[in-house]
Amino acid sequence: MRHLLDFGGWNRAEVEALLDTARVMREVLERPIKKVPALQGFTVATVFFEPSTRTRISFELAARRMSADVVSFAAQTSSLQKGESYKDTLLTLEAMGVDAYVIRADSAGVPHQATRWVKGAVINGGDGRRAHPTQALLDAYTLLEALGTLEGKKIAIVGDILHSRVARSGAELLPLLGARVFLAAPPSLLPQGLPGVHLTPHLEEALEEADAVMVLRLQKERMEAGLIHLEDYIARYQVTERRLALAKPQAPLLHPGPMNRDVELEGRLADSARSLVNRQVQNGVAVRMAVLYHLLVGKGR
Amino acid sequence: MNAEEMRRALYRIAHEVVEANKGTEGLALVGIHTRGIPLAGRIARFIGEFEGKEVPVGTLDITLYRDDLTEIGYRPEVRETRIPFDLTGKALVLVDDVLYTGRTARAALDALMDLGRPRRIYLAVLVDRGHRELPIRADFVGKNVPTARTEVVKVKVVEVDGEDRVELWEREGV
Repeated sequence: MRHLLDFGGWNRAEVEALLDTARVMREVLERPIKKVPALQGFTVATVFFEPSTRTRISFELAARRMSADVVSFAAQTSSLQKGESYKDTLLTLEAMGVDAYVIRADSAGVPHQATRWVKGAVINGGDGRRAHPTQALLDAYTLLEALGTLEGKKIAIVGDILHSRVARSGAELLPLLGARVFLAAPPSLLPQGLPGVHLTPHLEEALEEADAVMVLRLQKERMEAGLIHLEDYIARYQVTERRLALAKPQAPLLHPGPMNRDVELEGRLADSARSLVNRQVQNGVAVRMAVLYHLLVGKGR
Repeated sequence: MNAEEMRRALYRIAHEVVEANKGTEGLALVGIHTRGIPLAGRIARFIGEFEGKEVPVGTLDITLYRDDLTEIGYRPEVRETRIPFDLTGKALVLVDDVLYTGRTARAALDALMDLGRPRRIYLAVLVDRGHRELPIRADFVGKNVPTARTEVVKVKVVEVDGEDRVELWEREGV
């Protein structure tokens, strides 16, 4: 693997090898000295054309825990000059000797384009509605930790599926590991056909006998665009304790954050023992350390 | 070396370790992936037999501490490090199959220092084949085997390779 853009072309063995490495990294994070010298001499750039605090900090921490040098570029550009400024920014960083680029952009495809502009490894840190592969990897890791295996497990993903790169990457990755994925959303937030997963406007169908439930954030912009009404959404799609009773007993709850309490998820569930939200955040650093190791080591110089 | 010679060498190392440490107090073994792990286990078993004391054994993977990760053309698999005891204050015996350039031992020392502060660290190897590139020596050696750089020393252990045996052959294509 030269870049991590999405899971097109990936097979199960490659995913499992990456998650095995992440397991070792998780152990590194438990040590008194949470740092290894593996990526000494490498430079990682986080290039965020769309703001995101969590993902950027998680990647920067991952790179530092591996002893890489880190540079950080954050900017919002006017849509007119976007094409040019993306490329110029990356070429400038390349001239400074960057080995890997973590790219976040509000338009889909920017990380793909970047692979044609720079020689270094490109990691998709989230592009438009298209993909957010490291989030899907950390979700898969967290699910495996909780469930032991994903083979035959039913995973419900609930919320704004249409606009969610997290849902799309999860829908690509989780079936690779043997999971049955059910995506539930109001009809106005449900995409047309995603291969290999079940799409449903009925929340109950997704939750019934689910082994784990992943809740997505409902973004205000969707309400402003008139796609849904908040009260309707809460009434019919909020994941509540009562509705969660349809899932398997103690089925864990995941949320990629940031969370709107009492909108997509009943607030007290977020703080319950079933919530793996903090575990997801911790695992995110380990998974990103593994991704950096897999992309940077072994290319020779 | 055949299986019996290997057994005798490890048995002698077990005695030397206990002698150097003046008993088993604070003693612990750490095997380096891959073949150092079963060898450490065997030394611990011998010590258990003749001292009647159980010596804790851990496993160490040095991959993330290698000094060539920026230049090599393949990606080494990262394996589990499992030290189920507190290293601080322990007399540790680091166990590996072959001592050659000394780079693995150097990486292992750095890794251990990040995990705690042992009172002292010994190095035990089944075979010392010479050609050191760093100022490192073993405290306990099963057998010194003079080699040429063009030769390969292959330690086989039942747990990994299905047999106990040390082989020396000429590297192909040199």
